[in-house]
Amino acid sequence: MASNPLSSILENSSGSREDLIPVLQKVQAVEGFISKESVGLISRRLKISENEIHGVATFYAQFRFTPPGEHHILVCMGTACHVKGGAQLVITLEHELDAKTGETTEDGKFDLDQVACLGCCALAPVVKIDDKIYSQMSVLKLRQVLDEYKEA
Amino acid sequence: MNTKKLDTRRRKAVKVWDAFENNKKPIIILGAATCGRAAGAMDTWKAVEKVVKKLKVDADIVEVGCIGPCYLEPLMDVKMPGKPRVSYSNISPEKVERILKGFFKEDEIPSRDVLGHFGDEEIDGIPKFWDHPMLKPQVRLVLRNCGIIEPTNIDHYLACDGYKALEYTLSHKPVEIMQLVLDSGIRGRGGAGFPTGLKWRFCQDAPGDEKYMICNADEGDPGAFMNRSLIEGDPHALLEGLIIAAYAIGASKAYIYIRAEYPLAIKRLEKAIEQASKLGLIGKNILGSGFDLGITIKQGAGAFVCGEETALLQSIEGMRGMPRSRPPFPAQKGLFGKPTTINNVETLGTIPNIVRNGAAWYSGYGTEKSKGTKTFSLAGRVRRTGLIEVPMGMSLREIIFEIGGGLFKPFKAVQTGGPSGGCLSEEFLDTPIDYDNLAKAGSIMGSGGLIILDDNTCIVDLAKYFLNFTQSESCGKCVPCRVGTRHLYEILDRITKGDADTDDFEKLESLGQAIKGSALCGLGQTAPNPVLTTLKYFRNEYLAHVKDKRCPAAVCRELVTYRIIPDQCTGCQSCVKVCPTGAITGPRSEPHNLDEELCIKCRACYEICRFDAIAGDAIVITSGAESAEATTN
Repeated sequence: MASNPLSSILENSSGSREDLIPVLQKVQAVEGFISKESVGLISRRLKISENEIHGVATFYAQFRFTPPGEHHILVCMGTACHVKGGAQLVITLEHELDAKTGETTEDGKFDLDQVACLGCCALAPVVKIDDKIYSQMSVLKLRQVLDEYKEA
Repeated sequence: MNTKKLDTRRRKAVKVWDAFENNKKPIIILGAATCGRAAGAMDTWKAVEKVVKKLKVDADIVEVGCIGPCYLEPLMDVKMPGKPRVSYSNISPEKVERILKGFFKEDEIPSRDVLGHFGDEEIDGIPKFWDHPMLKPQVRLVLRNCGIIEPTNIDHYLACDGYKALEYTLSHKPVEIMQLVLDSGIRGRGGAGFPTGLKWRFCQDAPGDEKYMICNADEGDPGAFMNRSLIEGDPHALLEGLIIAAYAIGASKAYIYIRAEYPLAIKRLEKAIEQASKLGLIGKNILGSGFDLGITIKQGAGAFVCGEETALLQSIEGMRGMPRSRPPFPAQKGLFGKPTTINNVETLGTIPNIVRNGAAWYSGYGTEKSKGTKTFSLAGRVRRTGLIEVPMGMSLREIIFEIGGGLFKPFKAVQTGGPSGGCLSEEFLDTPIDYDNLAKAGSIMGSGGLIILDDNTCIVDLAKYFLNFTQSESCGKCVPCRVGTRHLYEILDRITKGDADTDDFEKLESLGQAIKGSALCGLGQTAPNPVLTTLKYFRNEYLAHVKDKRCPAAVCRELVTYRIIPDQCTGCQSCVKVCPTGAITGPRSEPHNLDEELCIKCRACYEICRFDAIAGDAIVITSGAESAEATTN
C-alpha cells in the first residue's frame, strides 16, 4: 500500500468531523477504493470509530470497498437516458462483460456501475468510461467502443 | 482591495473584453461544457489546433460554456477581425478544416453547417444566431453570460457588469438588500418555490453571531442539468450571488455543496474562488467594507437525499445524509446548530441581476405569483434538446413545440420535477407554467427538468423507474418512505410483468396518499407523485398491462417479444452477426429465425436491421396479441 499519499491526506486534514467525507473522497481518489487499512488510519486521525466511518461511507454511493477494475464503466441511469434506451445498454454490458452491475470482470479489466445522472441529458443515452463520456449511444456503438478498450 | 482598486481592475477588464469583442486576430470559440465534451468538443479542439498550425494562421482558441442547443454540439464559432462571431453546429473534427479554410484562405463565411452570426447587420445567406427558433422565444437573464464569456476569465465577467451588484450591496444595509430581493418576488429555484427574501429574513432575524450561507448545488434530479450548465458557463455569477446572500443574512462562512458527478463544474468553481479571492472579493474585509466571508466547496458523495436541506446539513457535518423533521428550520438551527440559509444555484445566480437592475425590473417578468424567468433542461424525445430560459407563464406547448421543435412521433406526456414530479398529458399543454399551476396539476415545478415523452415511452415503466430510484435513494429513516416506496415499486414491477390485477390500482392510490401525508421529508412526501399522476392521466395504459398483458409502447421487457417478419427479411445475415447469444440463425438470402428462448432482448438486431443499408425493417419489437398495433420503431 502506498502509504505516503495517504498519510499526507491525513496530515493535511484539520482533524475535525467535518473532514470525514472529504478525506474518504481523497483516499478513494488515490487508492481507488476504501480499504480496511485506510479506514483504520482515518479512524485514528479523526478520532471516529471504524464502525462509524463504515456507517457513513456505506451511506454514500460514491464509495467502494473493493479494488476497482482497470477501466471504470458508468452507465447513466438518468430519466432521459432511461427513456432513450439506457436499460438496453446495461443488458448489453452485463452480457458482454459477463458481470453484473456493481461487479468487476474476472480479468480485472472492467468494473461496471450505474450513476443516477451525469447531467448530459440532452445527449442521452450516455455512458462514461474512465473520464470520457460517450453520448447518444446505441447498443452497437457501445459494443464498438467496448471492443476498443478490450483490445487496448 | 477596495472599490477604487476594483475600478482600476475593471478598466483593465474592459480592455480585455474589448480585445475579445473587437479582436485583431481571429478567435475560434469552442463550446466545451460537459455536454459539449460528451459530444466530442475536445476532439474538435485538437483538430482546430492542427488546422490552425497547418494553415499557418495566428489565431486564439477560446473555451466557453454551453449556450443552450446541446443537440447541435459540438459548436464551433469563428470570429474574424472586424466581423461578427459566426457559429457552426455539429462540428466533428473532419469538418474543421473546410470551415477554417473558408475563413482564412477564401475570405468568406462558409454557409454549410452554419447556425448563425451574432452581429446586428444582415449577412447574405447567414441567419442571425438569436433568430434560431430554439433561441428566439427565450429570455436569457441568468444565462446571459453562458456560452458568451470565457468562464475561466474573471476579466470577462468583470467587464460584463460582474461584481457591480456586490459593490452596490456592500454600500447598503443587509436589511435593504433583503427587502430588495423580497420585493423582486423571486421564489426558490430548487423546486419548492419558497420566497427567497423571506428565507433570508428568517435567518437575518434569528439570534446569533455565527451564521452560515449554503449554496445547494447537489443537482440530484435525474434529467436536470441547469445548475451544471450555469456553473460551468458563468461560475462568478453564482459566487457573486452567494457573497451577496451571505452579507444579507449576516454569515461569515459559506459552503457550496456540489455533487461529485460534476467534475468540470467543481473545477470551474475552484478556479473562480481562487480568482475572486485574489481580487479581495472573498476573504477578509471585502472591498474595504469590513465584511468577511470564506467560501468552502463540499463535494457530495452520490446520495440524492442530500439535496434535501436538512440531509445536506448532516452531510456537510460529516454524517450520513439523513433528513430530520422541521421545525426547527435551518434558519433557526442549521449547520452546526447555527442559523443557516440554503439557496439553489439558479436562485443565487439570479441575485446579482436583481440587485443590479432592481426589484421592479425582475418582477416585470413572469406571472403574478411566479416572478422572473426559469431555466429548464429540455430532454427526452423532443427534437431540440438543451438548456433554455423562459419567462414564467409560458405554456408547455410553446416550450415543447416552438422552442423544442416538437417531437418525431406523437406527443404523449411531459415529465416535470424529476422523481418528485409527475407526468402531464396533452390536456395540460396550454397551461401557463408556474409553481402553482404545476402543483394544481399534481406535479411540481421542481428544479427544471423537462423530459418529453412520445408513443415509444411506456408510462408504467417510467413510473416504475422513478419508484426504483426513490426507493433506492430513500435514507431509510422513516417507515412510510423506506417500506412504502418499496411496496409501490413492487406493485409497479408486477404490473410491468403482466402479473397484477386492477385491485392493485387502488393499493397504489391509497398507499401513495398515505406516504404523501406521513413521510418525514420532501423525498418521501413527493415520491408517489409519478405513480399518482400517471395512474390518473394514463389509466388505459395501466389497464392494458393488467388486462391484456400488453405494453402498448412495447417497452416492458417481460411483455415484449422480438420477431422477424419473414416477408421483409432479405436474409442478409447482419442480425445473425450482431446477435450476442446466437438466438438468430439462418442461411444467407433466406428469412432468418429468432429463438425466443435464447433472446436477451438487447436490441442489437433491431438496431442493425433498421440502420444497416442491406437489411430493412424486418425485425419488430411487439407486445400482446395484437402485435401489429404495438410495433415500435
